[in-house]
Amino acid sequence: MVTKTRPPGTSPRPHPVTPRRPGRSPLRSAQRRAGWILVLPAVLALALVTIVPIGYGFYLSLTSYNPVERGGPTFHGLNGYLAVLRSGEFWHAIWITVQYASGTLILAVPGALALALLVNGRFPGVALFRAVLYLPRVVPLVAVSMIWLWLYSHDGLFNYLLDLVGLPPVGFLTDEDTALLSLIAMRAWKALGGSMIIFLAGLQAVPASLLEAASVDGCGRWRTLRHVILPLLVPITTYVVVVDLIYLAQSFSEIYVLTSGGPLSSTTVLNMLIYNEAFEHYRLGNASAMAFLLFCLIFGLAYLSIRTMARGGRR
Amino acid sequence: MSALIARPAAGRRRALLAGVVTLLVAMPFVWMVSLAFKPKTEVFSYPPKLLPDQPTLDNFAYVWNSTNIPGAMANSLIVATLTVAGNCVAATAAGYALARIDFRGSRLLFTTVLGSAMVPAIVQLIPLFLIVKGFPLAGGNDLLGHGGNGLLDSYAGLVLPMLVQPLNIYLARQYFLDMPGELAEAGRLDGAGELRIFWQIYLPLARPIVATIAILSFTGAWEDFLWPLVAVSSPEMQTLPLALSSFAGSGVPQYGALMAGTFIAIVPVLVIFVAGQRHFVQGLGAGGVKG
Repeated sequence: MVTKTRPPGTSPRPHPVTPRRPGRSPLRSAQRRAGWILVLPAVLALALVTIVPIGYGFYLSLTSYNPVERGGPTFHGLNGYLAVLRSGEFWHAIWITVQYASGTLILAVPGALALALLVNGRFPGVALFRAVLYLPRVVPLVAVSMIWLWLYSHDGLFNYLLDLVGLPPVGFLTDEDTALLSLIAMRAWKALGGSMIIFLAGLQAVPASLLEAASVDGCGRWRTLRHVILPLLVPITTYVVVVDLIYLAQSFSEIYVLTSGGPLSSTTVLNMLIYNEAFEHYRLGNASAMAFLLFCLIFGLAYLSIRTMARGGRR
Repeated sequence: MSALIARPAAGRRRALLAGVVTLLVAMPFVWMVSLAFKPKTEVFSYPPKLLPDQPTLDNFAYVWNSTNIPGAMANSLIVATLTVAGNCVAATAAGYALARIDFRGSRLLFTTVLGSAMVPAIVQLIPLFLIVKGFPLAGGNDLLGHGGNGLLDSYAGLVLPMLVQPLNIYLARQYFLDMPGELAEAGRLDGAGELRIFWQIYLPLARPIVATIAILSFTGAWEDFLWPLVAVSSPEMQTLPLALSSFAGSGVPQYGALMAGTFIAIVPVLVIFVAGQRHFVQGLGAGGVKG
């Protein structure tokens, strides 16, 4: 798309034209060329790692392909999708993913809001408290998982606490009934800080005049929170929920590290299933079809998030 | 909120409550540090003690001498540095062009960038794996990409998918969009070329967003797991999260050493976090599609 208006090597010399003149002035074409030069590296990289893979992946999703066997992908149209949609495994993984994402949100969003309310204001140590509360958000998920691996282990902190109150030990990550819940608790802890900061920004945007008006009108703290602050936080809460949902729907590393999807696939979220399908069973076609179905799910959520952000205005 | 916390006594009570809650939330980190400095015999002692009786560096020595974690740390640093460089240069430049230069196709390009920011990593994973494995003339491959392992097990292969991230282009664009256009006009009047206007006028003023992009790229690369898991097969090329996870998965976990390794993995992010706190928050507020 680089327009060739000038032989290479000559520098773009500014002409005595007004910059606002439209059309093919030398300035415009110099701009156009500079624009393309500046985006070119990014465009090439994105094409190679995003655009081409999406197209290629879509093609793969219409084929049956096992790279271990000889021969390339065999085209079989929508059969892969039909097979996936008919498999119990797939729907089980969707169900686990939904539980995992919504369970995490149910714990993390109110928790983050409570934390934000707690550290919104000026009192000794508040900056430090905010920073420490935010910390889990910055720490790599695999590192967090390692810490919780110990917390959940047989001799770990949680079993000790259970023992203190006279309860028998729990195999948090090894028991089918508790594994998913244990992962959810960890992930909610990890998610608290990030959402807290967003809520904090929202709280600080609440006009002081409204709060004063509420207190003049005799609203107590609780009623001010319930009827003044919370309604103002609706757009930001929607944003937090949708963005987290998109992210949580793609959970993988903590699950791979802590349970590998087990025991008895009780924590096999969709990403885990796709990984296994592709890199354990080498069914790349089916795995791609699943990935695109997840894509559809997430795209719906992303669409929602953009709508929400547009309505919420610029932050 | 000032109306709600005007009384100093209430402020003190709140500080106390906030302190207790913060301590509870930070508990896992406290235990990580505690275990990392405990001798082997104390790690499994019952009841678990918060403070080691005889603090030791044995766990760190073990991690340093007997695991691939130090090498993995070097790998992670290399990958993260390359990722930061790629994003600071290419994503910033692209963001600038999309914001300040009106060229044909720029709107379509921006839509594409936004769109690709929403594609979940798993969709690209399988094709990307095949592309990287079949990269022509690399890793024993012929011109058609057959015969070898391509860029698998190499820094290039590890970095490639993260080299330019759509989200960073988006952040840069939003930042440059808010800057005044008069600067460019003034530059043009003084005879500066378009690239010089970017390089010498706008870029120096955009340091905050470059810092934000650097931080986001670093932490993103530092914690990336799924792609390295697929792209690396030899222990020598493992990144830190991979090395930690394979160390945890090899036999009975040695929690002391594992926590020492985890501690090591957290320190760089911690340093960056303390140094660039406001950039963290800035980037977070502007776009959180990818965590």
